[in-house]
Amino acid sequence: MNIDHFKPLTVYTIYIASTPEKVWEALTSAEFSRKYFFGNAVEIDLRVGGAYIVRTPDGSLHISGEVAECVPYRKLTFTFNVNWPDLIEKLGPTLVTYDIEPAGDAVRLTMTESHDRPLDDDILSGGRQGWPAILSSLKSLLETGEPLVVKMAPPARMLAALKKLGIKTP
Amino acid sequence: MSKPEFIYVTYIETTAEKLWHALTDGEFTARYWFGARLRSDWKVGSSFEMVRSDGTVSDAGKVVECDPPRRLAYTFINLSDKYKNEFPALATFVLEPYGKLVKLTLTQEGFVEGGKFYAGISKGWPAILSSLKSLLETGEPLQIPFEALKMEEA
Repeated sequence: MNIDHFKPLTVYTIYIASTPEKVWEALTSAEFSRKYFFGNAVEIDLRVGGAYIVRTPDGSLHISGEVAECVPYRKLTFTFNVNWPDLIEKLGPTLVTYDIEPAGDAVRLTMTESHDRPLDDDILSGGRQGWPAILSSLKSLLETGEPLVVKMAPPARMLAALKKLGIKTP
Repeated sequence: MSKPEFIYVTYIETTAEKLWHALTDGEFTARYWFGARLRSDWKVGSSFEMVRSDGTVSDAGKVVECDPPRRLAYTFINLSDKYKNEFPALATFVLEPYGKLVKLTLTQEGFVEGGKFYAGISKGWPAILSSLKSLLETGEPLQIPFEALKMEEA
Protein backbone atom coordinates (compact mmCIF):
# COMPACT_ATOMS: atom_id res chain seq x y z
CA MET A 1 0.00 0.00 0.00
CA ASN A 2 1.42 3.39 -0.97
CA ILE A 3 0.90 5.84 1.88
CA ASP A 4 3.13 8.68 0.66
CA HIS A 5 0.21 10.87 -0.41
CA PHE A 6 -1.43 10.92 3.03
CA LYS A 7 -1.09 14.14 5.03
CA PRO A 8 -1.29 14.36 8.84
CA LEU A 9 -4.42 16.30 9.90
CA THR A 10 -4.62 15.36 13.59
CA VAL A 11 -1.68 14.69 15.91
CA TYR A 12 -1.88 13.75 19.60
CA THR A 13 1.19 13.15 21.77
CA ILE A 14 1.15 11.67 25.27
CA TYR A 15 3.93 10.57 27.61
CA ILE A 16 3.47 7.40 29.63
CA ALA A 17 5.48 5.94 32.53
CA SER A 18 5.91 2.55 30.87
CA THR A 19 8.10 0.66 28.41
CA PRO A 20 7.80 0.59 24.59
CA GLU A 21 6.97 -3.13 24.84
CA LYS A 22 4.04 -2.57 27.21
CA VAL A 23 2.71 0.38 25.19
CA TRP A 24 2.90 -1.77 22.04
CA GLU A 25 1.02 -4.60 23.74
CA ALA A 26 -1.66 -2.21 24.99
CA LEU A 27 -2.15 -0.79 21.48
CA THR A 28 -2.34 -4.16 19.73
CA SER A 29 -4.21 -6.51 22.07
CA ALA A 30 -7.98 -6.95 22.29
CA GLU A 31 -7.84 -7.66 26.00
CA PHE A 32 -6.15 -4.31 26.73
CA SER A 33 -8.10 -2.27 24.20
CA ARG A 34 -11.46 -3.31 25.65
CA LYS A 35 -10.44 -1.55 28.85
CA TYR A 36 -9.48 1.85 27.41
CA PHE A 37 -11.12 2.06 23.94
CA PHE A 38 -14.79 2.41 24.94
CA GLY A 39 -15.06 -1.39 25.28
CA ASN A 40 -13.95 -1.98 21.66
CA ALA A 41 -11.68 -4.90 20.80
CA VAL A 42 -8.68 -4.33 18.50
CA GLU A 43 -7.76 -7.43 16.49
CA ILE A 44 -4.62 -7.06 14.45
CA ASP A 45 -2.51 -9.35 12.33
CA LEU A 46 0.91 -7.80 13.00
CA ARG A 47 2.53 -7.90 9.56
CA VAL A 48 2.45 -5.59 6.56
CA GLY A 49 -0.74 -6.40 4.67
CA GLY A 50 -2.31 -8.00 7.76
CA ALA A 51 -5.85 -7.12 8.81
CA TYR A 52 -6.71 -4.45 11.40
CA ILE A 53 -10.19 -4.79 12.90
CA VAL A 54 -12.09 -3.09 15.71
CA ARG A 55 -15.19 -4.81 17.11
CA THR A 56 -17.77 -3.12 19.30
CA PRO A 57 -18.58 -4.71 22.69
CA ASP A 58 -21.40 -6.73 21.03
CA GLY A 59 -18.88 -8.24 18.58
CA SER A 60 -19.97 -6.40 15.44
CA LEU A 61 -17.43 -5.02 12.99
CA HIS A 62 -16.91 -1.28 13.56
CA ILE A 63 -13.59 -0.39 11.91
CA SER A 64 -11.55 -2.31 9.38
CA GLY A 65 -8.20 -1.70 7.78
CA GLU A 66 -4.85 -3.07 6.75
CA VAL A 67 -1.39 -2.83 8.29
CA ALA A 68 0.95 -0.63 6.19
CA GLU A 69 4.01 -0.43 8.46
CA CYS A 70 4.95 -2.63 11.39
CA VAL A 71 8.16 -2.13 13.37
CA PRO A 72 7.52 -3.87 16.70
CA TYR A 73 7.74 -1.55 19.74
CA ARG A 74 8.54 1.44 17.48
CA LYS A 75 5.99 2.14 14.78
CA LEU A 76 2.64 0.86 13.55
CA THR A 77 0.68 2.28 10.62
CA PHE A 78 -2.67 0.98 9.41
CA THR A 79 -5.81 2.09 7.62
CA PHE A 80 -8.68 2.78 9.98
CA ASN A 81 -11.98 2.86 8.14
CA VAL A 82 -15.26 3.13 10.00
CA ASN A 83 -17.80 0.78 8.43
CA TRP A 84 -20.51 3.27 7.63
CA PRO A 85 -21.99 3.08 4.13
CA ASP A 86 -20.47 5.60 1.66
CA LEU A 87 -17.98 6.92 4.21
CA ILE A 88 -14.86 5.73 2.41
CA GLU A 89 -16.28 6.62 -1.02
CA LYS A 90 -16.96 10.22 0.04
CA LEU A 91 -14.11 10.94 2.46
CA GLY A 92 -11.38 8.50 1.43
CA PRO A 93 -9.45 6.20 3.72
CA THR A 94 -8.13 7.17 7.14
CA LEU A 95 -4.56 6.27 8.05
CA VAL A 96 -3.41 6.02 11.68
CA THR A 97 0.23 5.87 12.80
CA TYR A 98 1.50 5.17 16.30
CA ASP A 99 5.10 6.22 16.95
CA ILE A 100 6.62 4.91 20.17
CA GLU A 101 9.88 6.46 21.44
CA PRO A 102 11.73 6.22 24.73
CA ALA A 103 11.91 9.60 26.54
CA GLY A 104 13.97 9.24 29.71
CA ASP A 105 12.12 6.85 32.03
CA ALA A 106 8.91 7.43 30.08
CA VAL A 107 7.63 6.62 26.60
CA ARG A 108 6.39 9.18 24.09
CA LEU A 109 3.40 7.90 22.11
CA THR A 110 2.41 9.99 19.10
CA MET A 111 -0.83 9.23 17.26
CA THR A 112 -1.09 10.73 13.79
CA GLU A 113 -4.31 10.59 11.79
CA SER A 114 -3.67 11.20 8.11
CA HIS A 115 -5.89 11.53 5.06
CA ASP A 116 -5.36 11.50 1.30
CA ARG A 117 -7.38 14.70 0.77
CA PRO A 118 -8.21 17.88 2.70
CA LEU A 119 -11.10 17.45 5.16
CA ASP A 120 -12.80 20.17 7.14
CA ASP A 121 -12.62 20.54 10.90
CA ASP A 122 -16.21 19.33 11.35
CA ILE A 123 -15.38 15.95 9.84
CA LEU A 124 -12.12 15.75 11.81
CA SER A 125 -13.81 16.71 15.10
CA GLY A 126 -14.86 13.12 15.78
CA GLY A 127 -11.29 11.86 15.93
CA ARG A 128 -10.13 14.97 17.75
CA GLN A 129 -12.78 14.30 20.43
CA GLY A 130 -12.07 10.58 20.67
CA TRP A 131 -8.28 10.21 20.62
CA PRO A 132 -7.50 12.30 23.75
CA ALA A 133 -10.04 10.28 25.76
CA ILE A 134 -8.79 6.91 24.46
CA LEU A 135 -5.11 7.69 24.96
CA SER A 136 -5.64 9.40 28.36
CA SER A 137 -7.35 6.19 29.49
CA LEU A 138 -4.56 4.02 28.02
CA LYS A 139 -2.02 6.07 30.00
CA SER A 140 -3.98 5.67 33.24
CA LEU A 141 -4.35 1.91 32.63
CA LEU A 142 -0.61 1.43 32.16
CA GLU A 143 0.36 3.68 35.07
CA THR A 144 -2.26 2.82 37.68
CA GLY A 145 -3.69 -0.53 36.52
CA GLU A 146 -7.11 1.08 36.06
CA PRO A 147 -8.50 2.76 32.93
CA LEU A 148 -10.58 5.95 33.09
CA VAL A 149 -14.33 5.77 32.85
CA VAL A 150 -14.96 8.30 30.10
CA LYS A 151 -18.65 8.47 29.26
CA MET A 152 -18.50 10.35 26.02
CA ALA A 153 -21.48 11.80 24.20
CA PRO A 154 -21.66 10.94 20.48
CA PRO A 155 -19.54 13.27 18.30
CA ALA A 156 -22.50 15.48 17.34
CA ARG A 157 -20.51 17.96 15.21
CA MET A 158 -18.99 15.19 13.07
CA LEU A 159 -22.28 13.28 12.76
CA ALA A 160 -24.06 16.43 11.55
CA ALA A 161 -21.30 17.01 8.97
CA LEU A 162 -21.54 13.40 7.75
CA LYS A 163 -25.32 13.67 7.48
CA LYS A 164 -24.94 16.75 5.29
CA LEU A 165 -22.75 14.71 2.96
CA GLY A 166 -25.44 12.02 2.77
CA ILE A 167 -23.47 9.48 4.80
CA LYS A 168 -25.74 7.31 6.91
CA THR A 169 -24.61 6.90 10.51
CA PRO A 170 -26.06 4.60 13.20
CA MET B 1 -8.38 33.39 8.25
CA SER B 2 -8.57 31.92 11.72
CA LYS B 3 -5.69 32.51 14.11
CA PRO B 4 -3.36 29.54 14.59
CA GLU B 5 -3.91 27.85 17.92
CA PHE B 6 -2.62 24.78 19.69
CA ILE B 7 -5.20 22.73 21.58
CA TYR B 8 -4.44 19.87 23.95
CA VAL B 9 -7.09 17.87 25.81
CA THR B 10 -6.51 15.33 28.55
CA TYR B 11 -8.74 13.55 31.06
CA ILE B 12 -7.51 13.24 34.64
CA GLU B 13 -8.93 11.24 37.52
CA THR B 14 -9.00 14.05 40.10
CA THR B 15 -11.23 16.92 41.20
CA ALA B 16 -11.41 20.37 39.61
CA GLU B 17 -10.16 21.87 42.90
CA LYS B 18 -7.05 19.66 43.00
CA LEU B 19 -6.34 20.33 39.34
CA TRP B 20 -6.72 24.08 39.91
CA HIS B 21 -4.23 23.89 42.77
CA ALA B 22 -1.87 21.89 40.55
CA LEU B 23 -2.01 24.59 37.87
CA THR B 24 -1.53 27.58 40.18
CA ASP B 25 0.68 26.49 43.09
CA GLY B 26 4.37 27.13 42.38
CA GLU B 27 5.65 24.37 44.67
CA PHE B 28 3.38 21.91 42.87
CA THR B 29 4.16 23.09 39.32
CA ALA B 30 7.90 22.68 40.00
CA ARG B 31 7.29 18.94 40.37
CA TYR B 32 5.89 18.36 36.86
CA TRP B 33 6.85 21.45 34.78
CA PHE B 34 10.55 20.77 34.18
CA GLY B 35 11.26 22.44 37.52
CA ALA B 36 9.41 25.68 36.71
CA ARG B 37 7.62 27.41 39.58
CA LEU B 38 4.71 29.60 38.47
CA ARG B 39 4.54 32.82 40.45
CA SER B 40 1.48 35.06 40.61
CA ASP B 41 -1.20 36.21 43.03
CA TRP B 42 -3.68 35.10 40.35
CA LYS B 43 -5.66 38.31 40.20
CA VAL B 44 -6.74 39.53 36.79
CA GLY B 45 -4.13 42.04 35.60
CA SER B 46 -1.44 40.80 38.00
CA SER B 47 1.98 39.75 36.81
CA PHE B 48 2.71 36.13 35.99
CA GLU B 49 6.18 34.56 35.93
CA MET B 50 7.75 31.18 35.34
CA VAL B 51 10.75 30.82 37.65
CA ARG B 52 13.53 28.31 37.01
CA SER B 53 14.99 26.21 39.84
CA ASP B 54 17.99 28.61 39.98
CA GLY B 55 15.61 31.52 40.66
CA THR B 56 15.86 33.22 37.25
CA VAL B 57 12.69 34.09 35.34
CA SER B 58 12.22 32.25 32.02
CA ASP B 59 8.82 33.64 30.96
CA ALA B 60 6.74 36.62 32.04
CA GLY B 61 3.22 37.90 31.35
CA LYS B 62 -0.10 38.86 32.93
CA VAL B 63 -3.14 37.06 34.32
CA VAL B 64 -6.05 37.59 31.93
CA GLU B 65 -8.77 35.38 33.44
CA CYS B 66 -9.09 33.70 36.81
CA ASP B 67 -12.30 31.89 37.72
CA PRO B 68 -11.42 29.07 40.14
CA PRO B 69 -11.78 26.18 39.61
CA ARG B 70 -13.03 26.59 36.04
CA ARG B 71 -11.00 28.96 33.86
CA LEU B 72 -7.48 30.35 33.99
CA ALA B 73 -5.75 32.38 31.29
CA TYR B 74 -2.45 34.22 31.14
CA THR B 75 -0.18 35.78 28.58
CA PHE B 76 3.54 35.15 28.50
CA ILE B 77 6.69 35.92 26.58
CA ASN B 78 9.72 33.69 26.73
CA LEU B 79 12.64 35.90 27.74
CA SER B 80 15.39 33.76 26.19
CA ASP B 81 16.78 34.60 22.78
CA LYS B 82 16.43 30.99 21.73
CA TYR B 83 12.69 30.46 22.18
CA LYS B 84 11.45 34.05 22.29
CA ASN B 85 7.93 34.24 20.88
CA GLU B 86 7.05 36.46 17.98
CA PHE B 87 4.36 38.17 20.14
CA PRO B 88 2.78 37.40 23.55
CA ALA B 89 1.25 33.95 23.81
CA LEU B 90 -2.12 33.45 25.49
CA ALA B 91 -2.66 30.17 27.34
CA THR B 92 -6.21 29.35 28.47
CA PHE B 93 -7.02 26.39 30.71
CA VAL B 94 -10.62 25.16 30.95
CA LEU B 95 -11.46 22.59 33.66
CA GLU B 96 -14.71 20.64 33.28
CA PRO B 97 -15.94 17.95 35.69
CA TYR B 98 -16.61 14.79 33.72
CA GLY B 99 -18.09 12.05 35.90
CA LYS B 100 -15.28 10.99 38.23
CA LEU B 101 -12.80 12.79 35.98
CA VAL B 102 -11.87 16.30 34.97
CA LYS B 103 -11.48 17.22 31.32
CA LEU B 104 -8.65 19.71 30.93
CA THR B 105 -8.47 21.73 27.72
CA LEU B 106 -5.46 23.92 27.07
CA THR B 107 -5.69 26.38 24.18
CA GLN B 108 -2.71 28.44 23.24
CA GLU B 109 -2.85 31.32 20.82
CA GLY B 110 -0.25 33.85 19.83
CA PHE B 111 2.39 32.39 17.58
CA VAL B 112 3.32 32.21 13.92
CA GLU B 113 2.33 28.91 12.36
CA GLY B 114 5.43 26.88 11.57
CA GLY B 115 7.64 29.22 13.65
CA LYS B 116 10.14 27.95 16.19
CA PHE B 117 7.99 29.06 19.12
CA TYR B 118 5.17 26.87 17.80
CA ALA B 119 7.58 23.91 17.56
CA GLY B 120 8.45 24.54 21.22
CA ILE B 121 4.92 24.67 22.58
CA SER B 122 3.65 21.75 20.52
CA LYS B 123 6.43 19.62 22.02
CA GLY B 124 6.41 21.12 25.50
CA TRP B 125 2.72 21.05 26.47
CA PRO B 126 2.09 17.31 25.93
CA ALA B 127 5.09 16.49 28.16
CA ILE B 128 4.08 18.96 30.89
CA LEU B 129 0.42 17.95 30.93
CA SER B 130 1.22 14.20 30.75
CA SER B 131 3.47 14.61 33.79
CA LEU B 132 0.75 16.60 35.59
CA LYS B 133 -1.75 13.77 34.94
CA SER B 134 0.71 11.17 36.27
CA LEU B 135 1.41 13.23 39.39
CA LEU B 136 -2.29 13.67 40.23
CA GLU B 137 -3.19 10.03 39.51
CA THR B 138 -0.16 8.16 40.86
CA GLY B 139 1.57 10.66 43.17
CA GLU B 140 4.66 10.67 40.94
CA PRO B 141 5.47 12.95 38.00
CA LEU B 142 7.15 11.59 34.86
CA GLN B 143 10.92 11.70 34.56
CA ILE B 144 11.32 13.19 31.09
CA PRO B 145 14.71 14.78 30.37
CA PHE B 146 14.23 18.12 28.61
CA GLU B 147 16.54 16.92 25.82
CA ALA B 148 14.08 14.10 25.05
CA LEU B 149 11.64 16.72 23.69
CA LYS B 150 13.99 17.29 20.73
CA MET B 151 13.18 21.00 20.67
CA GLU B 152 15.83 21.61 18.04
CA GLU B 153 14.19 19.39 15.44
CA ALA B 154 11.52 21.10 13.40
